[in-house]
Amino acid sequence: MIALVPLCTLETMADITLRINGSEKKIGVPPETPLLWVLRDTLELTGTKFGCGAGLCGACTVHVDGAAIRSCSTPVSQVSGKTVTTIEGLGANGLHILQQAWIAEEVPQCGYCQTGQIMTAAALLGKTPNPSDEQITQAMNGNLCRCGTYERIRRAIRRAASGGSVATAGAR
Amino acid sequence: MSPLNRREFVAAGVAAGGGLVVGFYLPHGAKSGQPTFSPNAYVRVTPENKITIVVARSEMGQGIRTALPMILAEELEADWKRIEIEQAGASTLYGDQTTGGSASVRTTWDPMRKAGAAAREMLISAAALTWGVPRSTCAAQNGNIFDGASKRQLSYGELASKAATLPIPTEVPLKQSKDYKIIGRRLPRVDTPSKVKGEAVFGIDFRMPGMKYAVLSRCPTIGGKILNFEDKESRKISGVSYVGKISDSAVAVVADTVWGAMEGRRLLNITWDDGPNKNLNTAMVMDSLRQGAAKKSASLYAVGDALKAAGRKVSAEYQLPFMAHAPMEPGNCTAHFKGSTCELWAPTQVPQDCRDSVAQAVGLDPDQVKVNVTLMGGGFGRRLEHDYAVEAAQVSKAARVPVKVLWTREDDMRSSTYRPASLHQLTATVDGAGYPVAFTHRLIAPSISGQRGQPGPNGIDPDLSDEAAFVYGLPNVSLEYVQTETVVPLGWMRSVYALQVAFANESFIDELAVAARKDPLEYRLHMLAQNQNKDQDISFFTTTWHTARMRVVLQLAADKAGWTKPLPAGHFRGIACFACFSSYVAEVVEISMENDTPRVHRVVAAVDCGQVVNPSILEQQIPGGVVYALGNALRAKITIEKGRVVQGNFDDYAPVRMEETPVVEVYAVPSTEPPTGIGEPSVPPLAPAFCNAIFAATRKRIRSLPILG
Repeated sequence: MIALVPLCTLETMADITLRINGSEKKIGVPPETPLLWVLRDTLELTGTKFGCGAGLCGACTVHVDGAAIRSCSTPVSQVSGKTVTTIEGLGANGLHILQQAWIAEEVPQCGYCQTGQIMTAAALLGKTPNPSDEQITQAMNGNLCRCGTYERIRRAIRRAASGGSVATAGAR
Repeated sequence: MSPLNRREFVAAGVAAGGGLVVGFYLPHGAKSGQPTFSPNAYVRVTPENKITIVVARSEMGQGIRTALPMILAEELEADWKRIEIEQAGASTLYGDQTTGGSASVRTTWDPMRKAGAAAREMLISAAALTWGVPRSTCAAQNGNIFDGASKRQLSYGELASKAATLPIPTEVPLKQSKDYKIIGRRLPRVDTPSKVKGEAVFGIDFRMPGMKYAVLSRCPTIGGKILNFEDKESRKISGVSYVGKISDSAVAVVADTVWGAMEGRRLLNITWDDGPNKNLNTAMVMDSLRQGAAKKSASLYAVGDALKAAGRKVSAEYQLPFMAHAPMEPGNCTAHFKGSTCELWAPTQVPQDCRDSVAQAVGLDPDQVKVNVTLMGGGFGRRLEHDYAVEAAQVSKAARVPVKVLWTREDDMRSSTYRPASLHQLTATVDGAGYPVAFTHRLIAPSISGQRGQPGPNGIDPDLSDEAAFVYGLPNVSLEYVQTETVVPLGWMRSVYALQVAFANESFIDELAVAARKDPLEYRLHMLAQNQNKDQDISFFTTTWHTARMRVVLQLAADKAGWTKPLPAGHFRGIACFACFSSYVAEVVEISMENDTPRVHRVVAAVDCGQVVNPSILEQQIPGGVVYALGNALRAKITIEKGRVVQGNFDDYAPVRMEETPVVEVYAVPSTEPPTGIGEPSVPPLAPAFCNAIFAATRKRIRSLPILG
């Protein structure tokens, strides 16, 4: 077996400043730590999920400067000084219109992938406020859902894009 | 994987026919000084009018935290908006808490209704006593008891203390379906808002003070062991606090963060003893099925004499691979071993198995182990295993800290339990018009329970009782099973053997219809119309199936799909039906071929699942099963090379994405029969309906899954 060199030892710890959900955080972690684990383990923002660790499923999707990225494959050092938004910070004042649409369409089953789905959809609507079906498919195709909620996801995005007042059918 | 303490998960399904848990009635009000009204383990009413319903099955996406409380609240005549829902952990109060076999609603339908009705009757009695009026003048409605004569009313909370002093009735009247106010309504699921806000706590999200994270390096070869390991480099990683051998085949690395533990694991230097299976590959497994085919089979079902029936004989063989569940949330469990007790926070379908297996693994009694059940990011049967829980407890004990054990996607893909590979030999004897007069299906497959030391009576895997019925009512039928063996770990995966059995049956019937030059729908309806269109009962183990219900479902799917209407140019259809988990489902799949690759455009599913508890949840579960089955049919295949699982992540084990997802329409047959399963029954008909559509398009018959090879 080849001798492996540890990549992250105490010597390489660095202070990194992140702007997360509107507040500034100073974090001392090895710089190659994926953003996902900084969010989940260090900042206790567990709405962002771990699914594959390889950028294949989209469960870990967050926004960096408004663009959807896979936090499981993004070293935290790469987002130093940038603006990061997670599901916890998506709806600055109450629920984001997509979250309302997700409730109205009763999208989630197990729900595990849904925060990543919503973050991807929010980035899509940020760039393309009224996407075609093809644009929705293209944007959402990187996000896996094993419960098979894709058609409801599509409906919820259409509902949010149509912009009308969204009934909160999920409120009990 | 340890087979110890694995109880027969199917027991829940079998009990569906025989009546099961009747809510274990607690000596209510036993906790002195607590005026809470708690007539059984499922419902509590406080004087402050807080009404809590306890869910003793696990939520993995199937909506059980909504559906079960709806059933109880119906009989309680509760105000649904006031209900609070509590998840039960492992307990002795609720009978078997296994969540699987599409069994939660069908097996707790009676206990939940009776628990609600008992509470309602006692609250009525409490009101009658308070007012000094006959019970007959009092009625329960929307969380209050009304006195019809004087128009007075008292809330359940106001009556709680009084009700708590009354005897618990043993016989209670249950409502008629025409009077339902909650059951059958499209009530929003209780867990939706928290899931879209990112606030829902799945197993992976649970945290406690002082908790550390662990990942394990498990022997990649089936049945292999650790020879020796070197952890010097691992221990250099910042935050790594423990590295140690947890079992013969696993080393744990504990750290402050998941990433630290993963890095520590990456730097472990382990020498494995690959053990006796180091040369195993998939071809050898399929050979063992072929050898099994030569063995004598056990009879699952026999009517008439399929061997002696006169006519022309037609045969075909079908084959399916191992498959992996791959739920979105990878395996995990949090454990805190405290010497004489151990507490777990487990995303599990089997809290009681977790309790018992953990107790054995760490040397405690079961009642010293507390299991809290978290939300699950999908289950599909993978969390019927208690491996995560046992590991977490072992690591917590060894490292002397509360620990969350987390599996990576590759861990989950390669150290899992798999849907059994199978071989199917089908034979029909057809009459002059090409219709079958005799039908034989020999299923050759290893047994999931058999591998765990419970081969079943006469070598019949106990799961088959729910998953292998043939509901056509032919005069000569023989359903047979040959139990084979494999070292590849086997598990119960969504719809279990029904997927394999339905693929073989419904593909074969399509072949017979084609050979007879008949329309495949008409052919099936003709088969179901034996006995002059009268309903025919088919008793298969503990379930009685009805050909009439299957016929209605098949016709409904065909009608809604426009079976007799022309399709757009280049589009083709296939149809299939199957009955399992006490439900009947038929599906019509519409496809086109694009560059020799099939593309599914539309799936129409018809279901008879008895009384629908919540149509909105039905309309989630049926398409969910269809999309899951589509992935199984297209690409799902776990292969073995040199004793190791080859696939590792969502690139080489690729589920369906949005671009491949068809429109799925769901139609339920109106029914007031007791509710039956909906989590699994939409899975089995999909692959055969799909492959039958591919045949219609290409004249190529697919007899081996996955479709894309």
